Amino acid sequence: MLSYIGRRILATIPVMGVVAVVIFALLHLAPGDPAAVIAGDHATVEEVAKVRAQLGLDRPLLAQFGSWIGAVLQGDLGVSIYNRQPVAGMILQRVEPTLALALCTLVVALGAALPLGIIAAWKAGTWIDRAIMGFAVLGFSFPVFVIGYGLMYVLALRLELLPVQGYVSIREGLGAFLPHMIMPALALGWALTALFARMTRTSMLEVLSQDYIRTAHAKGLSERRVLLGHALKNASVPIVTTVGIGVALLIGGVVVTETVFAIPGIGRLTVDAILRRDYPVIQGVVLVFSAVYVLINLAIDLSYTVLDPRIRY
Amino acid sequence: MKRRTFLASGAAVAAGTAVLGAPAIVRAQATRVLRFSPEADVVIFDPIVTPSWQTRDHAFLVYDTLFGLDDQYRPQPQMLEGYNVSNDGLTWTLTLRDGLRFHDNEPVRAQDAAASIRRWGIRDSFGQALMAAANEVAATNDRTVTVRLKRPFPMLPDALAKTMVYPCMVMPERLAKLDAFKAVPEIIGSGPYRFVQSERVPGARLVYERFAGYVPRKQGTPAVSAGPKVAHFDRVEWSIIQDTATAAAALQRGELDWLQTPHADLIPVLRKNKNIEVRVILPTGVVAYMRFNHLTPPFNNAAIRRALLGAVTQSDYMIAINGPDKTLWRDRVGYFVPGSPFESDAGMEKLTSKRDLAKVRKDLAAAGYKGERVVMLVAVDIPYLKIMGEVTADLFKRIGINVDYQAIDWTTVVQRRIRMDPAEQGGWNLFCIYDSGYNQLNPASHALLRGNGKAAQFGWPSSPRIEELREAWFQAATLEEQKTIARRIQVQAFEDVPYIPLGQSVPPTAYRRSLTGVLNGQPFFWNVRRAT
Amino acid sequence: MAAVLELPRPGRAGEALRRHPTVAAGLALLLALAVAAVFAPLLGTVDPLEVSPIKRLRPPGEEFWFGTDPLGRDIYSRVLYGARVSLLVGFTVALFATVAGLVIGLVAGFNRLADAILMRIMDGLMAIPPILLAIALMALTRASMGNVILAITIAEVPRVTRLVRSVVLGLREQPFVEAARAAGTPGWRILVRHILPNTVPPLIVQATYIGASAIIIEAILSFLGAGMPPNVPSWGNIIAEGRNLFQVAPYLVIIPSLFLSVTVLAVNLVGDGLRDALDPRLARRM
Repeated sequence: MLSYIGRRILATIPVMGVVAVVIFALLHLAPGDPAAVIAGDHATVEEVAKVRAQLGLDRPLLAQFGSWIGAVLQGDLGVSIYNRQPVAGMILQRVEPTLALALCTLVVALGAALPLGIIAAWKAGTWIDRAIMGFAVLGFSFPVFVIGYGLMYVLALRLELLPVQGYVSIREGLGAFLPHMIMPALALGWALTALFARMTRTSMLEVLSQDYIRTAHAKGLSERRVLLGHALKNASVPIVTTVGIGVALLIGGVVVTETVFAIPGIGRLTVDAILRRDYPVIQGVVLVFSAVYVLINLAIDLSYTVLDPRIRY
Repeated sequence: MKRRTFLASGAAVAAGTAVLGAPAIVRAQATRVLRFSPEADVVIFDPIVTPSWQTRDHAFLVYDTLFGLDDQYRPQPQMLEGYNVSNDGLTWTLTLRDGLRFHDNEPVRAQDAAASIRRWGIRDSFGQALMAAANEVAATNDRTVTVRLKRPFPMLPDALAKTMVYPCMVMPERLAKLDAFKAVPEIIGSGPYRFVQSERVPGARLVYERFAGYVPRKQGTPAVSAGPKVAHFDRVEWSIIQDTATAAAALQRGELDWLQTPHADLIPVLRKNKNIEVRVILPTGVVAYMRFNHLTPPFNNAAIRRALLGAVTQSDYMIAINGPDKTLWRDRVGYFVPGSPFESDAGMEKLTSKRDLAKVRKDLAAAGYKGERVVMLVAVDIPYLKIMGEVTADLFKRIGINVDYQAIDWTTVVQRRIRMDPAEQGGWNLFCIYDSGYNQLNPASHALLRGNGKAAQFGWPSSPRIEELREAWFQAATLEEQKTIARRIQVQAFEDVPYIPLGQSVPPTAYRRSLTGVLNGQPFFWNVRRAT
Repeated sequence: MAAVLELPRPGRAGEALRRHPTVAAGLALLLALAVAAVFAPLLGTVDPLEVSPIKRLRPPGEEFWFGTDPLGRDIYSRVLYGARVSLLVGFTVALFATVAGLVIGLVAGFNRLADAILMRIMDGLMAIPPILLAIALMALTRASMGNVILAITIAEVPRVTRLVRSVVLGLREQPFVEAARAAGTPGWRILVRHILPNTVPPLIVQATYIGASAIIIEAILSFLGAGMPPNVPSWGNIIAEGRNLFQVAPYLVIIPSLFLSVTVLAVNLVGDGLRDALDPRLARRM
């Protein structure tokens, strides 16, 4: 098992390598001259050439890639074209709101999806099942911003229950933090709930058809113990796998949600950078998000060794 | 209604916790913080190197000016105790007030002021005029700046009192000695608020703290940038909210105290809210215009530009941008801003006569337009500019101009509009944008109305006649004489068409009624206080 | 000859339609939408780009069924023309991504060296969340429909490749393929006769979901200002333009949102039905 863990960890290195190549290629395929952008509006040709030399943009691509990777490995993601701030610092400054939003969303989505999925599986084939699965299809079909604006209109403007926008750090107290998180987490959690509920139902159904469940029933165990004690435990592997897939959805959604609710996180940074064609920032954000995604999936793979001792490697 | 008053006194934190029950201490803090949302983020913090309006508003928090400007556009001493001008008008002595301090607790000396004037004089056009007339700007002692002139410059106080870009901000000599084209490395001023660099989140948040060492002047009444600058809030927090709907909603909910420029279509909603004041603080507003590239075909042909005058309906643009509420805009705007003494009806029938698009088509053909592709730059990330782009594209389609709508972002427009190349080589033919109405008060500050070819602003119109008239305006002895010349300038502008005015927007600002003492001109953060 | 494991038999699809009324509903919706999009000029629309500020912000009513936007453009016309954009993007992305993924997946499935290289690249691309990849690609290019389609396609290809490859690898070891190979059947024939038919059913299902996701991603890209050129009336653009006015003219957001959501819903319903009908194995897994 240890060797499996080792191999799995090593396997992420080439993946991240390819990600780095792809992201590097993005910047260098970009139309327009970053040097001209950095040099400013009134720069002369010589000034632009100077900046290009300064940035090393006149060197061969491979050498540029080498020094870029070297810098990235030391945590240096370059400098924003727009406001000359180090990209790594800009991202770090915005980690907290994004992390808070992602965690709250996962809590909301799993909190809603697990019961829904279990009930749907338990009542498979009935109208309850169909209603829940119908909701799941709806969940996939409504883009985040549609839900976001709907919630904002009803809960914040009409009912005046929740703040419209912004982020308050958890350090200022849970009472200040939570109200700002409810709507964004609901909006972003909508599609995830659908995904998780569907997966939970499917895995539960699969497990429920197994012999040992029938045995458990035959032994006279209560429905609740069968569902939660036996079935859910054994269905956990595919559910956890789906959480991994969900993270990709989550990252995409964070970008939109932070824009709608004016949350100063990495997602907003991404949108701002796109609108300004701030390539170093785009590069940095994509790299960081991808790394997070890869690491989460690594963690999930490794969690199987704990969740399901039957899996042998 | 109890809840509303509670919300009115609170801000984001208090409002948010209204649901869950707030500790009283949070509320108390919130009343001492002013929450403001500007139009855009501040990117460069040095007011001398960028014409950005946000930077200017930031600068008025952090820095102070030697002269302030009052409601009648009259300069009044601000950092100065007083000033003296010699009988021949060639020597000015400016004496600093007592007790002025920079945020690093160093005293403000005349050396700092002199160096600041010199640095500003490199960038600002008014400043350049002053420096051209000056032999020397120097400190004679720690409290006195002496300006020795070659020829009289009676508008020296007006120049130093500028509130529009670029204002003459005073910084420590060691910073003011640096390159005027490169932002200073430290933000140290002597203004009523201190910039808190550590709490800045680029693109999201800027924080200012009251500077305890600031001594407001004793005399005068606060108006625009003149009079005592008394800071009533401990902190001023700027939140940059890109989404205008979200920003307006935040103001309605009391999560913001002040929204600099609400979206025009949301103004009726805000007006209905009795906790919100919607008010114009800058009556000159902004003037929208269509700018041509005069160097390349087809708009290097004045007859084609003249033909377009017959196609434009200013109210179309203004309604599309501001909505039907006529308090928010004016049409029938000529080459000087409404309210300027130089505004006139000279030649205005070109814009106000009945629109006849069929005739425009004929005029275009007669002028020699043969369906050449016309590249229009549209900054689609700025709603105001995008709307003008859409209206123009539709209008051009109707009069048979082959328009290539290039949807790009503002930053790219800024980079491309300075390129003189033909459109095929990455240049441009036209774009629509706006200018501060304040710049169009008179020919001196009206950069768009210059006709000095490649030395003029992007577009580079050549109009020797306008340039001659402008010189004559400077020489004119009386206001009446100046007015006559301004009429001639406008008539000539309708011939040469350096640009086409598209109307004036007068966007109001909106703030919670709990704020009192909001000054005119631009967002200033002194004098304003929260009613208790 | 059990050469074809799960090829749909005639009648099976029809049966599926009867058993799943939701699929029929989805298909009907899509068809209606496609007809409306194609015949938009005949359905009482005006030029969707025609500006008329005097008629701005009229609420939905008799004169303007879906109201007008701040430039006085007719939302009904814009939404119908917008259907063209969404359906075209959904369809072409599904097609291109499937074809590209099929080719790459087949090559990877049959050649070990190619497999090693291609799958590493796909792993790398898959490590970038699809929306983010599409956004990054769009940030590099000028907004145009071609670029939007290309960006979303690139973001979707890796998942198709993975699917095809796993099917091929699974089949390669099947007795009937080994038998064919032992009988000296040339590789291309094995491919055409045995492998391809078996990749088709799961691919069709996958393509449907890709179409749905492409429609959503296009809307998100346009919403964020990184999608269609803003003068193209796509649903994402209409929503993006209307969102500032959500308080005063909610229909500007609600109407295109409804069209968008219902379209995606219809595609998803069809996809679910196809999955149940064509690929029971996948059905169990989903």
